[in-house]
Amino acid sequence: MPFSLAHGTTTLGFTFQGGVIAAADTRASGGGLVASPDVNKITPIHSHLVVTSSGSGADCIMWERILIREIRLYQLRHRRRLSISGAAKLLSFMMHPFKGTKLCVALTLCGWDKEADASDCAKTLADSSVMTDQDVMTYSTSPNSGPRVIYVCSDGARLQGDIFSVGSGSPYAYGVLDTDLRWSLSEEEAISLAREAVFRATHRDAYSGNNVDVFHITAQGWTRRKREDLKEEYYRDMEKKGGDMREKKQTDKTGN
Amino acid sequence: MLSAQTFGDPGKMKEYHYTGPVEHRFSPYAFNGGTVLAVAGEDFAIVASDTRLSEGYSIHSRDSPKCYKLTDTTVLGCSGFHGDCLTLTKIIDARLKMYKHSNNKTMTSGAIAAMLSTILYGRRFFPYYVYNIIGGLDEEGRGAVYSFDPVGSYQRDTYKAGGSASAMLQPLLDNQIGFKNMEGVQHVPLTQDKAVQLVKDVFISAAERDVYTGDALRICVITKEGINEQTIALRKD
Repeated sequence: MPFSLAHGTTTLGFTFQGGVIAAADTRASGGGLVASPDVNKITPIHSHLVVTSSGSGADCIMWERILIREIRLYQLRHRRRLSISGAAKLLSFMMHPFKGTKLCVALTLCGWDKEADASDCAKTLADSSVMTDQDVMTYSTSPNSGPRVIYVCSDGARLQGDIFSVGSGSPYAYGVLDTDLRWSLSEEEAISLAREAVFRATHRDAYSGNNVDVFHITAQGWTRRKREDLKEEYYRDMEKKGGDMREKKQTDKTGN
Repeated sequence: MLSAQTFGDPGKMKEYHYTGPVEHRFSPYAFNGGTVLAVAGEDFAIVASDTRLSEGYSIHSRDSPKCYKLTDTTVLGCSGFHGDCLTLTKIIDARLKMYKHSNNKTMTSGAIAAMLSTILYGRRFFPYYVYNIIGGLDEEGRGAVYSFDPVGSYQRDTYKAGGSASAMLQPLLDNQIGFKNMEGVQHVPLTQDKAVQLVKDVFISAAERDVYTGDALRICVITKEGINEQTIALRKD
């Protein structure tokens, strides 16, 4: 084909004691042109699951729609919500027939599995997607509930892990994340780290840039931070450095 | 004789010198040039396109506008491969009629955009080589612009340029309508007259620097009163 499709990105997702953080840039590039500077690469699937997308824009949009539809159908048919790993498996199996084609989809499912309890089966359709009083701050670290990050891609990979970064800017993001990521981070520290990782990746990767979106998923569901323009962040960073790059000053970890 | 090698990059011809034996395959695509632009205002939308249809070094027609009226409140601009533009608009017209007959109402701009995305993705593995931009009024009467890539990735914008001169026009629109890359400037909302004047100026600039853009400019202004069309002359060289 004589034209290029929207591509290129930095996305990341990781778990920590306070839940799951998902972050992404907002640039869609087609060849060397910025096709759009303000794309949404993080899409909510349901109240406790968001998906970060990377690869071909149209493919990701379409497969996210398919996933939302299938999860909703499952919920209506079985009167319980599919687990995050169940959703990942479903998506992976649905994409399998397209293996070997030009489909290019790399999604990170970031979500919170709620504990299955006896009252789940008795839930009516009306409240199947509504938060109940049972959702409390503490959760057990059993393997079937709690924060979860799973990577699914059109090549057929389906991997569960603690931290994933996907896209052309991912090597730069991994460098920042691997330095400071710990399970015991506070919520502000984790959000700040995610922002920093995307910021550094957009600085070095030509195909990532513009803004950073950050989502935080807990037992109560997902919340979204206000989108931030990284141009402002860059100028703040230059001021902090004071022009002398060799002197690494203490960066403000609780920055907004 | 035109071949697949000729269309390696959109709008660019390869050099003519012997490089060794090359396999020639029939290419189902051609690049017919043209630029489309859409701007959304508070209570209006503008869709504009040039009217030149070219192929390689030739001009097929100087009067082939790329704006297609879909409903009383929606106009579609498509540029790229003219054959696919024609087929795509035929399919969209048919789907609009089907929707009208099944649902007893006209499709809204947002609905047309979502439908176009699925139509384009249906041909994911043999795409329509068309860059689409929809301009119209949303259900609340505000201007709406939806821009697409050839396989259906889309989002709502305030303004967008597509087609051969898009890379030249988009930064200018970012600056004048989005107030990007300027410091200390007052963000005044865009009036209809200023928007129409801006569109004319922007196309005149594009015709200067892009060989595939020129001849004439067709502007469709969509308001709740209806769609008003005007044609302005551009460079013919």
